[in-house]
Amino acid sequence: MKILVTFAEVAAVADNFEIEDGAVADRYLEYDLNEWDEYALEAAVSLREEGIAEEVVTVTIGPERSADTIRMALAKGADRAIRIWGDDLEGDPLEDVSTRAALMAPVVEAEAPTLVLSGVQAADDGYGSTGVSLARTLGWQWGAVVNDFTLDREADSVRVRRELEGGIEELTTLSLPAVLTIQTGINDPRYASLRGLQEAQKQEIDVQTPAELGVGADRLEPRLERGELTEPPSRGDTEYVEGDPPEQATAIAEQLIESGVVQE
Amino acid sequence: MSDVLAVVEHRRGELRDVSLELIEAGADLAAELDGELHVAVIGGNVEAIADRLNRDGVDVIHTIADGAEFNHDVYVQAVRALYETLEPAVVLAPHTVNALDYVPAVAVDLDLPLVTDVIDVEVTEAGLRTTRGLYESKIEATVTVTERPCVVTLRPGEWARAGGVSSVPVEAFEFEIEESAVDSHVEGFEEAGAGDVDVTAADFLIGVGRGIGEEANLSVIEDLAEVTDATIAASRPLVDNGWFDTSRQVGQSGKTVSPDVYLAVGISGAVQHVAGIKGANTIIAVNTDPHAPIFDIADQAIVGDLFEVIPELTDQLR
Repeated sequence: MKILVTFAEVAAVADNFEIEDGAVADRYLEYDLNEWDEYALEAAVSLREEGIAEEVVTVTIGPERSADTIRMALAKGADRAIRIWGDDLEGDPLEDVSTRAALMAPVVEAEAPTLVLSGVQAADDGYGSTGVSLARTLGWQWGAVVNDFTLDREADSVRVRRELEGGIEELTTLSLPAVLTIQTGINDPRYASLRGLQEAQKQEIDVQTPAELGVGADRLEPRLERGELTEPPSRGDTEYVEGDPPEQATAIAEQLIESGVVQE
Repeated sequence: MSDVLAVVEHRRGELRDVSLELIEAGADLAAELDGELHVAVIGGNVEAIADRLNRDGVDVIHTIADGAEFNHDVYVQAVRALYETLEPAVVLAPHTVNALDYVPAVAVDLDLPLVTDVIDVEVTEAGLRTTRGLYESKIEATVTVTERPCVVTLRPGEWARAGGVSSVPVEAFEFEIEESAVDSHVEGFEEAGAGDVDVTAADFLIGVGRGIGEEANLSVIEDLAEVTDATIAASRPLVDNGWFDTSRQVGQSGKTVSPDVYLAVGISGAVQHVAGIKGANTIIAVNTDPHAPIFDIADQAIVGDLFEVIPELTDQLR
């Protein structure tokens, strides 16, 4: 069987950044693999190593810059990578999760995997909806926020453990093919080896445009518009402790004593 | 098309608090749209749950009795059928694990734009303007939905819980469920293990986060805990790393705590973690990142290096 992993390149802002003209300048952004997708990739690669899967393919929607991140996924064990991009994806179209699903669905149909694994959410925008939207677009079954799963090829099903709030887990069986969104902690993602990174540099990344995937310009018309970015308003009553570490420690000590949790 | 449909959440017979927040937000939005607020409860003991939804601002409660517990296939069909009958302008759901499991599918089926994890929403001339967190809530962005109708999920804890008791009509909504399209089967629930410690009982909790760096560095925290007789809790990444038992995990998927003091060390304050500590009387946060969202909810904020501040604190209290 084949497993397809949807992979997002995500941005993190540096500790000290500024918002200029309603946006974060690129110099304050650092791009990396999405943490949740790393767990999804690890699950897929492990299944291949166990002989349960034959091939692991990744699909990423992202500009040329994201090739670096994709090569990291290849270095961690993916066999092939597909990158979707076109000039018509600049700006707002990707704010709408249904657009992302519409772009990935033809890739999934062409690759025909048994299982699609996707991170629960992307660390930067946190919509948390790509995997389920993709499943529904394909007409497949799905499980969201999965922290364990077991394939049953004879029954053509997958048993999933879903992590609900408050330490409760739900046990569900889904028919295959299916899309699972993977929660962190399901495994222990590996580091990319130097040799793996070197080999990944030589690998071809299959780049496909929306038009090549049969997604027309009308489908990319934005229904959501992102406005200016702002820093969250301060709650106002937070007391910032100035001074050097000993002075800061003294302030904490006083607070602990005043609260009664530590005796003087 | 100006009504709001809010789909509430319940588990094991209990209405979840976020449902009352949904009603509060939905009532405001319905008023802005000059429409009605329709509230739906799907599955379980719908009559008993409907009683608790009888709040100010609700115009109609719809009960759909299919299924004992949450099943995403049933929810998708039920919400789709309700939508097609009511034709609301906005469908609201809480941004919860179960919503993540069915709401995107509803949006796909109905070809509606979807905005999730929203912390504010208002009606503007350009459309429905939502506010969301970006980059782990260090930044906020507005996202305007230029098409109505649309689907929106709301972040738990951002709205007050609707109060009051009114006399709202409860209507049983019946539709022909397509059994062949129910392809997922919920087989049961399990509680995460009891673990080695009860963090919910502690008066003084030291919460440790990713800023601690390596497992060996935990000795800095253990020293302070020993001197102060505090209990150590952890954010999710440290539990994922296997450094702590899940019983010490604080946050949305872990424990909700309410100590006298919560000292957050090297914790950025991801929304999932913050959800678990809002009940603390006093929150003290130590973090090198001045934009860490934990500072937005802290009473006392120390922008500093935990490896300098915490050993100093231990020495002072020793």
